[in-house]
Amino acid sequence: MSASPTRSFDALIVGGGLHGCMVALTLARAGMKTALLERGALCREASGVNAGTLTMQMTRVALIPYALKGHEMWVSARDWLGDVGTVVCDGLSLAFTASEAEMLALRAARRREAGAPIEIVSSARAQAVEPGLSDHPILAAHCPIDGYTSAYLTGRAFLVALRDAGVAVFEDTPVAGVEPEGTGYAARAMCSDGSPLTLHGTRLALCGGVWLEEMAGWLGVRLPIRTLVNQLAVTERCPSVMRTVLGVASGLLSLKQFANGTVVIGGGWQGIGDRTRGGVALRPERLIGNVRLACHAVPALAGTRLLRAWAGLEAETADAMPAVGPLPGHPDAWVCGSVHSGYTSGIYIAQLLAERMLERVPTMSLFPIDRLLASATDRHFASAPALGTSRPVRG
Amino acid sequence: MTGEASPLAVDVAVLGAGPAGTGAAIAAAAAGRSVLLIDEAPAAGGQIYRKLPDALALARHDAGDTDPDRRAGDTLRRELDESRVRTAFGWRVWSVIRSERGFRLDAIGPGGAHAVEATVLLIATGAIERVVPFPGWTTPGVFGLAAATPMLKSQRISPGKRVVVAGAGPLLAAVAAGVVKAGAEVAAVVDVNGPANWLAAAPALGLRPRLAAQGAGWVLRLLRARVPFHFRATAVRALGDRRLEAVEVAPVDGGARSRPHTAAMTIDCDALCIGHGLAPATELPRLLRAECVFDRARGGWRPDVDGFGRTSVAGLYVAGDGAGILGGQAALIAGRTVGAAIAADLRGTVPVVRASWTGWQARRFGAAMTALTATRSAVAAAMPAETIVCRCEDVTRGEIDAGYDAGARELNQLKHFTRCGMGPCQGRSCGEAAAELLALRLVADGVVPDVDAGRRRAGQWTGRTPLRPVPLSALVGEFSYDDIPVPEPAPL
Repeated sequence: MSASPTRSFDALIVGGGLHGCMVALTLARAGMKTALLERGALCREASGVNAGTLTMQMTRVALIPYALKGHEMWVSARDWLGDVGTVVCDGLSLAFTASEAEMLALRAARRREAGAPIEIVSSARAQAVEPGLSDHPILAAHCPIDGYTSAYLTGRAFLVALRDAGVAVFEDTPVAGVEPEGTGYAARAMCSDGSPLTLHGTRLALCGGVWLEEMAGWLGVRLPIRTLVNQLAVTERCPSVMRTVLGVASGLLSLKQFANGTVVIGGGWQGIGDRTRGGVALRPERLIGNVRLACHAVPALAGTRLLRAWAGLEAETADAMPAVGPLPGHPDAWVCGSVHSGYTSGIYIAQLLAERMLERVPTMSLFPIDRLLASATDRHFASAPALGTSRPVRG
Repeated sequence: MTGEASPLAVDVAVLGAGPAGTGAAIAAAAAGRSVLLIDEAPAAGGQIYRKLPDALALARHDAGDTDPDRRAGDTLRRELDESRVRTAFGWRVWSVIRSERGFRLDAIGPGGAHAVEATVLLIATGAIERVVPFPGWTTPGVFGLAAATPMLKSQRISPGKRVVVAGAGPLLAAVAAGVVKAGAEVAAVVDVNGPANWLAAAPALGLRPRLAAQGAGWVLRLLRARVPFHFRATAVRALGDRRLEAVEVAPVDGGARSRPHTAAMTIDCDALCIGHGLAPATELPRLLRAECVFDRARGGWRPDVDGFGRTSVAGLYVAGDGAGILGGQAALIAGRTVGAAIAADLRGTVPVVRASWTGWQARRFGAAMTALTATRSAVAAAMPAETIVCRCEDVTRGEIDAGYDAGARELNQLKHFTRCGMGPCQGRSCGEAAAELLALRLVADGVVPDVDAGRRRAGQWTGRTPLRPVPLSALVGEFSYDDIPVPEPAPL
């Protein structure tokens, strides 16, 4: 029924989050004719609603080298992307109890070995770095190159950059399926006006975040992806209460005050939702818990008001390591996603994938997904400790 | 201590104790249901039937107060007192989620945190005022019509010594008359509508003779005070640096478009009360993902409800202005109907449809009044680029247009692009104008055929917790570190 001619590209990118945008931008700037398809608007899911934290202290040890590169990219974003409000500042990870102090020391040491400039400091030293800190921490880990961006600006910056780079951006264009066709792939999509659209690409990159499982399924690959429903909250503008990025040993807090005075409180406390319905609701008791933890660290926060809270979906593989590499059995088809705490390092990791698609030798290794495929990992996945919504809660 | 007592369990939680919520609560309780009626205010009545502070009420009683709204409110409050409805006044509900029982509400109230588990939730949170921005509207001395009303009604305090009253709808006359009654001068009444619009509404006015008489009383009072009326005119600029000094008023045509070659006039004043009607408060329907429809004639976006207030979400009901603006009388009648329907639904019986002449009259009347205040897109279109639209975040019309040019086609994307709606008003004061501006651009670019289709495309803000800003101190209460249920560590 479709009378519209199939349009052909060197590369089709499905999914317009941070990964998809970065892959598309890199390919287009290297001269590839690139199309990016997104069911909604660019970077309006995890990539635009996360806390924007640029931190080594919540990054998995194996991803530290990538996060360091990603951090550099965010710092220079104005030069190659656009304004996303990047700020570099000190980062502190806190321990309030003896067991947390032990965990903190161990985690800081491991991350330090991986290249992050993290040092264990006394609570007095931590208070000197962060005057807003309470008396509660007994130990802290300090990293001088943490920071943050205003994540909600990511989409606007990429939309402008992608158009300037000549990428054909299709927003509000959900893809129903992808199949091999000729030397490449055909994506069947629906435009916002309801008309069908078929695009052909010599190369294909699936960058679907929590929806990567369905996307891989289009080509018969079973890649199980868990969905985390991370709760986040922001205060009204208030006088300066802190100047660093704060976390805790367990990783269950992220806290920073933006230049406009608002404070964003996060840390991955789980709300209600799934990838079909999105973030459906916040659990009030967990929001309170998260906010208590924030006030425990920075008491002056109690004097402000909570303005808005929301949930963002984060993708997680069975081993909580990225799924970035070729799609097995499908030449020139790739996947890119599931980078743990991926805002810091994801931008660099996506660029690595694009380099590989450009047949350059990536400067760091990718994260091939063979280890994750359902046939090989069914049992492992089912018995893996739950990191998501069913994560046990300490009472 | 953790402040987390076990939730109060009820059949029906009613949020909002205006005429709709109070009427519904009484009706559901009369049918044997346990009902909790919740409001931020210290007493029932809502905006329209607001209770006077006790000292003032006594004084007013001695003076032979005859305000019909207040008497209706007193009657309703008496009826509530005699009912079995449990009340929770002074509660600020900040979170509502679906739960196994139905709905869980979390509130901050006297004595700290409260939680409620309800099988059914009725939303009766009324309306929010719409003010279409214009240059200078954020100058101190500019008030919303609805915001000025309680000041005039319950305390008889005029917002200024010399007041311009501008905008659209019956509140114009009510506020202007209130200003005169409070002993201040009304420098002008500036009405977007012309006499023809009011004539069109006249048949409906005849349906509610008492309200029509009330309106006629206001107008008489204004005529006696020789207040100048400017029909088919609009405030185009508020002048004054730190404080309002004057208002520029310009004529418009029947479509509220500015008329070229007609000079604006400047009217000195120290206060401007301005409003362009009411919009249903849809925070909760949005938060709970009830389906909404765009219905300009009923104030804009409203939840899609049937005749018994049922939404698309099981167990969730909406009554009163929150379901589409029809005014206080219609809200009270609708509330009683919906309250009885909730009781019937809980019993598993079919709610009774009672054809009510009074109900029909009230709805007709309300619809005619709402039509007078329906957003005129031309008023928004005339906004100069430097006009602040989002006063919390200082976002101008020019920045909204730039956001559109950068690719924002929908309200939440615009929010990301510009911060419009991210401030303490949570998008309540700027949302209508921002959406209208997006819609106008979508029409101009031929993406949609008309402004209403543009509004549907631009959508609504996503509903968010907290429903109102809440102090963190109240949220966290007294706690020790052991009270924080810190989840298991993230993987290393």
